[in-house]
Amino acid sequence: MTNDIRTEAPRAGRVLPVTDLSLVVLVGSTGSGKSSFARKHFKPTEVLSSDFFRGLVADDENDQSASGDAFDVLHYIAGKRLAAGRLTVVDATNVQTEARRQLVQIARQHDVLPIAIVLDVPEEVCAARNAGRADRAGMPRRVIQRHQRELRRSLRHLEREGFRKVHILRGVEEIEHASISIEKRYNDLTHLTGPFDIIGDIHGCRSELDTLLATLGYEDGVHPQGRTAVFVGDLVDRGPDSPGVLRRVMSMVKSGNALCVPGNHENKFGRYLKGRGVQHTHGLAETIEQMEGESEEFRAEVREFIDGLVSHYVLDEGKLVVCHAGLPEKYHGRTSGRVRSHALYGDTTGETDEFGLPVRYPWAEDYRGRAAVVYGHTPVPTATWLNNTICLDTGAVFGGKLTALRWPERELVDVPAEKVWYEPVKPLATEAPGGHEGRPLDLADVHGKRIVETTHAGRVAVREENAAAALEVMSRFAVDPRLVPYLPPTMAPTATSAVEGFLEHPAEAFAQYAADGVERVVCEEKHMGSRAVALVCRDAAAARERFGVEGVTGSLYTRTGRPFFDDSVVTEEILDRVRKAADEAGLWAELGTDWLLLDGELLPWSLKAGGLLRSQYAAVGAAAGAVFPGALAALESAVARGVDAGELLARQRERAADASAFTEAYRRYCWTTDGLEGVRFAPFQVLAVKGRSMAAVPHDEQLALLDRLVAADPTGLLQTTRRLYVDTGSPESVQAGVDWWLEMTGRGGEGMVVKPLGALVRDGKGRLVQPGIKCRGREYLRIIYGAEYTRPENLERLRQRYLGHKRSLALREYALGVEALDRLGAGEPLWRVHEAVFAVLALESEPVDPRL
Amino acid sequence: MFLTISTTGTPDRPATDLGFLLHKHPDKAQVFSTAQGKAHVLYPEADDQRCTAALLLEIDPVALVRKGKGKGRGGAPDAALAQYVNDRPYAASSLLAVALSTVFKSALRGVCTAKPELVGRKLPLTVEVPALPARGGAALVTKLFEPLGWTVTAEPVPLDAQFPDWGDSRYVRLVLEGEQVLAEALRHLYVLLPVLDDAKHYWVAPDEVDKLLRAGEGWLAEHPEHKLITSRYLSRRWSLTREAMDRLELVRLADLDDLAVEEVDNAVDETTDTEEKPVPLAVQRRDAIIEALKGAGAHRVLDLGCGQGQLVQALLKDVTFTEIVGVDVSMRALTIAARRLKLERMGERQASRVQLFQGSLAYTDKRLKGYDAAVLSEVIEHLDLPRLPALEYAVFGSARPATVLVTTPNVEYNVRWESLPAGHVRHGDHRFEWTREEFRMWAGQVAERHGYGVEFRPVGPDDPEVGPPTQMAVFTISSTTETTTAKGEKAA
Repeated sequence: MTNDIRTEAPRAGRVLPVTDLSLVVLVGSTGSGKSSFARKHFKPTEVLSSDFFRGLVADDENDQSASGDAFDVLHYIAGKRLAAGRLTVVDATNVQTEARRQLVQIARQHDVLPIAIVLDVPEEVCAARNAGRADRAGMPRRVIQRHQRELRRSLRHLEREGFRKVHILRGVEEIEHASISIEKRYNDLTHLTGPFDIIGDIHGCRSELDTLLATLGYEDGVHPQGRTAVFVGDLVDRGPDSPGVLRRVMSMVKSGNALCVPGNHENKFGRYLKGRGVQHTHGLAETIEQMEGESEEFRAEVREFIDGLVSHYVLDEGKLVVCHAGLPEKYHGRTSGRVRSHALYGDTTGETDEFGLPVRYPWAEDYRGRAAVVYGHTPVPTATWLNNTICLDTGAVFGGKLTALRWPERELVDVPAEKVWYEPVKPLATEAPGGHEGRPLDLADVHGKRIVETTHAGRVAVREENAAAALEVMSRFAVDPRLVPYLPPTMAPTATSAVEGFLEHPAEAFAQYAADGVERVVCEEKHMGSRAVALVCRDAAAARERFGVEGVTGSLYTRTGRPFFDDSVVTEEILDRVRKAADEAGLWAELGTDWLLLDGELLPWSLKAGGLLRSQYAAVGAAAGAVFPGALAALESAVARGVDAGELLARQRERAADASAFTEAYRRYCWTTDGLEGVRFAPFQVLAVKGRSMAAVPHDEQLALLDRLVAADPTGLLQTTRRLYVDTGSPESVQAGVDWWLEMTGRGGEGMVVKPLGALVRDGKGRLVQPGIKCRGREYLRIIYGAEYTRPENLERLRQRYLGHKRSLALREYALGVEALDRLGAGEPLWRVHEAVFAVLALESEPVDPRL
Repeated sequence: MFLTISTTGTPDRPATDLGFLLHKHPDKAQVFSTAQGKAHVLYPEADDQRCTAALLLEIDPVALVRKGKGKGRGGAPDAALAQYVNDRPYAASSLLAVALSTVFKSALRGVCTAKPELVGRKLPLTVEVPALPARGGAALVTKLFEPLGWTVTAEPVPLDAQFPDWGDSRYVRLVLEGEQVLAEALRHLYVLLPVLDDAKHYWVAPDEVDKLLRAGEGWLAEHPEHKLITSRYLSRRWSLTREAMDRLELVRLADLDDLAVEEVDNAVDETTDTEEKPVPLAVQRRDAIIEALKGAGAHRVLDLGCGQGQLVQALLKDVTFTEIVGVDVSMRALTIAARRLKLERMGERQASRVQLFQGSLAYTDKRLKGYDAAVLSEVIEHLDLPRLPALEYAVFGSARPATVLVTTPNVEYNVRWESLPAGHVRHGDHRFEWTREEFRMWAGQVAERHGYGVEFRPVGPDDPEVGPPTQMAVFTISSTTETTTAKGEKAA
């Protein structure tokens, strides 16, 4: 362990060890030089001085009447610093027991060590120093005398008061020459990066341990690739050879090939070895019996070994925490009695169950930490991850198996028990504490203002009002969040075109990608339907296994997570057709998965948007259709009478034509369906499969996979996405892209989306480029901008549109979407995936021009 | 945006007198700039026998949206106006009504300087409005115009001839015929066009009342539908419009799915659930809940799904309840509840008894732990069945109050509602309605899984055949152990 000497000791002064996360309490009378000492040895922000806080609350550092408020604020800030894991030094006289008691209390609340450093300076020196300071010159001598008296009385009790280290410096000289040495906590092994093999509860199963170590590749306790074994404790009791297990583990620890944390059984056995009275229950009797043949020397070694065990370890740069019974995040790397107690025994509700065993609190359900917590203690049939925690006690001694976790590979390795060595008091629970991943999410995971960390766009903020709207939609209308592992991001349109008669035109999209340094793009036909995400599991078992749901084989949902069809039978029928196509195309085996997450478009538009079509689009068409024949006839009659209204008539004729073009435009996206007859699903991206996000797979590969899926569907449900590849640097290729678009939209197509061929492309400055740009057809845009938008006077005004916010939103949502897929692919807990998905929905309620 | 007014005449009483009455020369095409756009007046026919005046209002659809951009005062008050795809350029709405009053100002007031003797004379008039938006349909159109002496022809306009199954649009082609004084006919149109449209393009200012009274002089007071006319004409109050602004976030999420916002923002039921019109059953339900809460000795109570806060308000009146927490997922409902309770003006002591916050029973929530009782009144039926296990765990597994009251409709009773068509649920957002047996089965399983006892009570008249209209389950905790999700999820 390397220690960092904070301050140099000029001469051979005393070196005071201070733990890197602790509450350092300076004790000394006024004028004893505490502030100078603190300034010399600690960072200014580490030091909380009572004088400063008096000034803060009362404008006067010496106003003793403000002390109560000043200490309230000081304690509050000390608490915040300690909660954040920062060394904190309290610079106040602290000569009274009550003042110190409060500080010890704060240290305990935050599970850090309280350390006292006493500056014991003669009264005369203190008086002389105060006399030299204008603001303290008037301080009566008796104040110093009282402080000195109280200090004397305190010195003997400091350790009993709870200070885990007490450094007393006597006299000016000793203070002058002292230095501080910052020490790491024992549990801080963040510098060790493994790789590790973490091994569950052994309970004296010596033979199974040997088999497991061999399976893991250890040869006589040493791994040829330099891996380190980590034992989660409960080495002893119940099983056939506890001394043998101890011997193996102790030698591996000693030789540096293993780490070990204590289990509750070691703790009890250790107390037995020290001669304390303990009950010989829960298998201790067996261990005692097995130890009878062992030498006194071995017993001493075991005693020492157990005594030296550290309650938990923080490993691999903080990514891994190992302890016996699990540990909530706020206890990671902390040092207090209750941390040790939680690490050894877990949290209990205080009750006992029908077998007389304590009822365990399901702490892992609440766990939201970034570090993986690997533990044992509670026997479960199979080790499964829950919220980034995993219990490795698979009941070897009860006839289950002995399990190890390879880290960072996250691979489970186990060997079966050779026999039932010990009858369990109660049957093994069918679930790890906290149950299956399927537990409901917690509101704290999504509610209020939030920041979501993304790999590709850093921290993405979600505002409170947007989260509130998303909560309403997610709670009241969405399908089960377990079946909504992704929501599609919004997409920005192309820069506004200056081409006459056009508001959008692909030339700008190609030019933008060329400017961003993207050479090859794919143009994908835009299907005018409704966006649909399909989660298709190979069978109900796969849905249960991976997504924890019963009775369904997936989901089909809209951009806000709503089920597409109210009738789940219809959904299942669609999923079934996709599933059969995937069977036929051999995608399951090829992708090594038993589920597929597909992004696509469900047609016709009228299927889902029927209400809106009738209330808005068709209604406008109907009103126009009703009014123009009569109006035109009236104008014609008037003109025939010689009224000078020719120009007005001509204009109304044009408007009537625009209105019919509008009706034609929406009609193209409507057709009647009957059950699934007439329904089509056009997938354009495979988002994720078992074990990996497919977000980074280039679009040509994606489309090739999907072409095979579509070809394998005999029912006509699946539809291909037409595409054209364009080189942005080649004028011919760009022209071909423009012509393709003109041809497609000329026949009534909605338009196309231009995407860089690869995913997560960055421009020359390292910024993410737009993942796609939509170019909508001239006729289609009548549905967006109104029937008469193409009239020159209207186009001119409509060209004034602001795309900046939409583009920024598209990028943020894209990063969140990819993040959700990455988390899903990496098998992260549901709340982590849901956090990103929820954020996409929330951002979608940000104010942005809905026509973009 | 288009209507015609025709009359017939004889050589001694020529139809072209219409031109004098309207103050518009039959042989000229005239253009007037109005705030709503250019209004054209011209005559397709004008001779002694027949004379028709046409009013055509050209509306600029882009300006309608762009003007509304500020969203503040002067912005578009009607959500529909914020769309470029808008019927305003085609339909006869309040825009046309205002243009009418501007262009035919004198005629409307009954002033005719050239031929004063014409004023007050009844003429055989025909008014044609080819695209009249009519909320309430042709039937209402007839109801509104017939009492005024018109012969009404109102034909619904189909939505789209290509899709006959879409049915009719909200527009009708209206023809009014009758012997009427022209000024009165114009005033009928001025008031009733926007009433039928039921939307207005401008902020309703206090002087609207005066305008209505002036235009309605002589006919409105006696009109059998004067209540409907008045309330629709003055319908849009500032505060209500402000509410629409408050839920813009939700509007955008509705847009995403091509849904009308009402389909998403339907947590607040204005028609059946307002304090102003208390439904007797709602009152009985509240009484039953309060009685059950008192019976359970509850002091600190959660109202989960508090809606507009009627139960919270009732609980506040009883000092037995020392802490009352209203939770709802709808921000709009909470806003209305806070206004109902006058939270901002409540005294400190009272205010300390009540809290309202947004929450969701699809998620566990630490803030809900440790209460004596939770009420879920008419809540569960608003969830899709597959999401019920999450609610179950959030309430019975995580929050775990000592008492839980759940009320839900008894679907068997629906046959007793005269107004309810067979097979229909009582509220558009009800995802299911249960029989007594179904409810008991669910409640029994929930109680079993989470360590509660349960008993059932009727709310409302307990019909011997079909039971009570509302059924209530009273859950009482029997073990304080936290239950695991696994059990809850599996069984569901």
